[in-house]
Amino acid sequence: MISRPPTSTTPPSASIAEPPMVLPGPVIVDPLGSTRGAARPAPFRREGPDKLTGRAIYVDDLVVPGAWYGATIRSTEPHARFLGLELDPAFDWSQVVVVTAADIPGENVVASIQADQPVLVTDEIRHHAEAVALLAAPDREILRAAKRAVRLRTEPLPAVFDPLESDHEFAHNEVGIGDVDVAMAGADLVIEGTYRVGHQEQLYIENQGMIAIPRDDGGVTVHGSLQCPYYVHPALKRALALSDSQAVVVQTETGGGFGGKEEYPSIVAVHAALLARKAGRPVRMIYDRHEDISATTKRHPAVVRYRTGVMRDGTLVAQDIDVVMDGGAYCTLTPVVLSRGVLHAGGPYRCPDVRIRGRAMATNTPPNGAFRGFGAPQTEFAAEMQANRVAEALGLSPLALRRRWVYQLGDMTPTQQVLRESVAGQEVLDRAAEASEFERTRERTAPGRGGGAQGRAARRASGIGLALAWHGAGFTGSGEVKLKSVVYLDMDVTGRPTILMGSTEMGQGTKTIFPQLVAAELGIGEDDVDLAPVDTSVVPDSGPTVASRTAMVVGGLVIQAARRLREQVETATGRPFSASASDYGQEHGPIHIEQRFVPYPDIHFDDATYTGDAYPCFGWAAAVAEVDVDLDTGEVAVRSVVAADDVGRVLHQVLAEGQVEGGTLQAVGYATIEEMQVVDGRYRNDRLATYLIPTALDAPRIETILVESPYSGVPHGAKGVGELPMDVGAPAVVAAIHDATGVWIHDLPATPERILAALRAAR
Amino acid sequence: MSIGFRVNGEPVELEVPGMRRLLDALREDLGLTGTKEGCGEGECGACSVILDGQVVDACLVPMCQVDGSDVRTVEGLSDTTGPLSPLQQAFLELGGAQCGICTPGMLMAAQAYLDAGGGPEDGSIREAIAGNLCRCTGYTKIVDSIARAAVHDLTV
Repeated sequence: MISRPPTSTTPPSASIAEPPMVLPGPVIVDPLGSTRGAARPAPFRREGPDKLTGRAIYVDDLVVPGAWYGATIRSTEPHARFLGLELDPAFDWSQVVVVTAADIPGENVVASIQADQPVLVTDEIRHHAEAVALLAAPDREILRAAKRAVRLRTEPLPAVFDPLESDHEFAHNEVGIGDVDVAMAGADLVIEGTYRVGHQEQLYIENQGMIAIPRDDGGVTVHGSLQCPYYVHPALKRALALSDSQAVVVQTETGGGFGGKEEYPSIVAVHAALLARKAGRPVRMIYDRHEDISATTKRHPAVVRYRTGVMRDGTLVAQDIDVVMDGGAYCTLTPVVLSRGVLHAGGPYRCPDVRIRGRAMATNTPPNGAFRGFGAPQTEFAAEMQANRVAEALGLSPLALRRRWVYQLGDMTPTQQVLRESVAGQEVLDRAAEASEFERTRERTAPGRGGGAQGRAARRASGIGLALAWHGAGFTGSGEVKLKSVVYLDMDVTGRPTILMGSTEMGQGTKTIFPQLVAAELGIGEDDVDLAPVDTSVVPDSGPTVASRTAMVVGGLVIQAARRLREQVETATGRPFSASASDYGQEHGPIHIEQRFVPYPDIHFDDATYTGDAYPCFGWAAAVAEVDVDLDTGEVAVRSVVAADDVGRVLHQVLAEGQVEGGTLQAVGYATIEEMQVVDGRYRNDRLATYLIPTALDAPRIETILVESPYSGVPHGAKGVGELPMDVGAPAVVAAIHDATGVWIHDLPATPERILAALRAAR
Repeated sequence: MSIGFRVNGEPVELEVPGMRRLLDALREDLGLTGTKEGCGEGECGACSVILDGQVVDACLVPMCQVDGSDVRTVEGLSDTTGPLSPLQQAFLELGGAQCGICTPGMLMAAQAYLDAGGGPEDGSIREAIAGNLCRCTGYTKIVDSIARAAVHDLTV
């Protein structure tokens, strides 16, 4: 049914030679020691040649003969009673398929944590971009005309836009140790602050898109841009009343996700599938940028109220934190986002008495969801602002204060988790401070602070700022235990292995590092390891590609599978896998290895009391940013960022650096220019011309320092890298703005308007 | 209307409405899906192609303006059966592409910069790709890739 240009996963020519191997032997990684054996050069990005020549096939590149074009009719009101759909009788509806909730054969729900979000509205509209009906037409002109011929009859209802005024709670969490009230009363100094962070759009450059193709068995196959095939699969089954085998999900090349393609693709897929079912033909549901920005999930806005108690000598004695997140109209992943936000809200700092309370509230705005960092960037911004303000109040350097506070081996977190290994907060802090010459530069910028000599006369001011963060590796709490992720490693009769997993490539390098891990274990080349296509009829559920868990958790499973494969072959043949696999295959036939997640040793979390090991271990990140601030216009230029990130073990230097650099720039955007203006529950700047992200000219030079403090629970020691840089970029930039101007910006982003207002207030 | 032009050196003739977007003509009429659509309003640069030596957003160019022109797309940067171009190879080796959706447009903006004699200077490379948004890389490795290509012999 689908024809596509020839593609290949191998380089198009022998001239794309990989660097010569130093030694043919495998790299043996000892998680608690150094790399033994000879390191071989990391492979180039596996699908790189396809992406660089235009041969990679993204969803909108698929040619599907006979496919119609789909569109979504959305509410234009934030909260209303839905009374009916009016189809203009003057329009020729015979050439269009219309789907409403009445056409849903299964349950009218796109379930995530709660089953609260309908596929299509039946009675109550809860946000302005809510899907009410679907249309499909043979070409775009007819589709556009049909959209214009649809009217919604509604009756407006009062809407809530402020989470602090909402009485509908999606989730709440509370963690704590000690007695905060007593400790706070005994503190020499209490610093209080309220911090507000707004929506942030993932802004993957490839919009959401799905193509649904009816199957002969009455089911549907969807091809699309997604992070989690096994989220889309159950969504299709439930809404379309399909069996496991009738719903098939195939990932196309995915042009960025950043969390934005974690759960929303389920909605796009179900919509496309309903249209395809009714039309009896394939339907393309490809969003344009305007629709993507106005309807899809964003980073949760949050209000964080924070009280920090310290002694004169700088000792941290109490933290009392209240987090309120805006979940939007439906629950989506909000409880888990809130949980991660709460668990990280204290920052990576030892404190005997801590209370962190969080709640996530419903508003009549489009649902918020996953975005790189998943709640932690919001709360750690507040934590870092507090640390900097305490340092200022005590006359201490922000670096010295953090050296004093940062978690060390053996310290206990607010969930009573004892940090038993892989604790590298101090190391990333020192490495970033040293590489950026933090203290020396800060001496130079000192005259600018507090409106001093440089401040009054100068039209520009320079500053340097620092931030430190921790980020729980893998899923929160008992998440991995419940997920029970699986990977398969198959060897065919020629001795060639294939990895089968549901983990997805979306730019971060999954397709490159997994063959690399298997090849290293088996003592063969990466090109001698195949990857099965991400197709739910072929690959198992390896868990979602989220939470920086893929390299760590699924990577660990793949290594364990490879070790079993190697042992099985070598035990039978008595020779190395590389020399005997094909003989084994010819004699004994193919091998199928299933590797299931086994809980990490000595990791226990109690969901009921929210105590114990919230994460098996943590990654650690520090950033130092230098900025120039135009004191007339309030504009900020971020000149440089030094980022030091502890990722456990570097599996691929170039890819890991790429994650740090990309995450750092997203954080710089969050800090300075990325602002979603919400008016009456609608995003006013819902176009790329008005929602700005950093260009190459806005981007600082980013220097990456990768620190390796491995985790012993996984064979390779890797802890994940994707989200770490997102936690530190914004507070580092805002600290640098303070260093330059003497004013604190409490709300993100630190726009010119906010900076000028703060400067005026300070004068 | 009938529009004749060259795509990657090959003459083509299309019977299309004059206001049809060059982007759609490339992707749908000619099957050259390497050129991507990111925003459809000239903000992201994912659809950048080289039109008579100039980088343009193919989503903003109507076909009536293409008559008699030379269009270069990512598919023309290297021979399908041959090696990658030095620019593509630099992106591959240095990590200039991640998710890959901005990559074709980024490569075309970079190629136009190199064709115009651009050098390895950080500031001028950033200027040249300022119209091309990338959300994955932070641009550092893209700038490095173009800089490397700029100091290599470019006979593409």
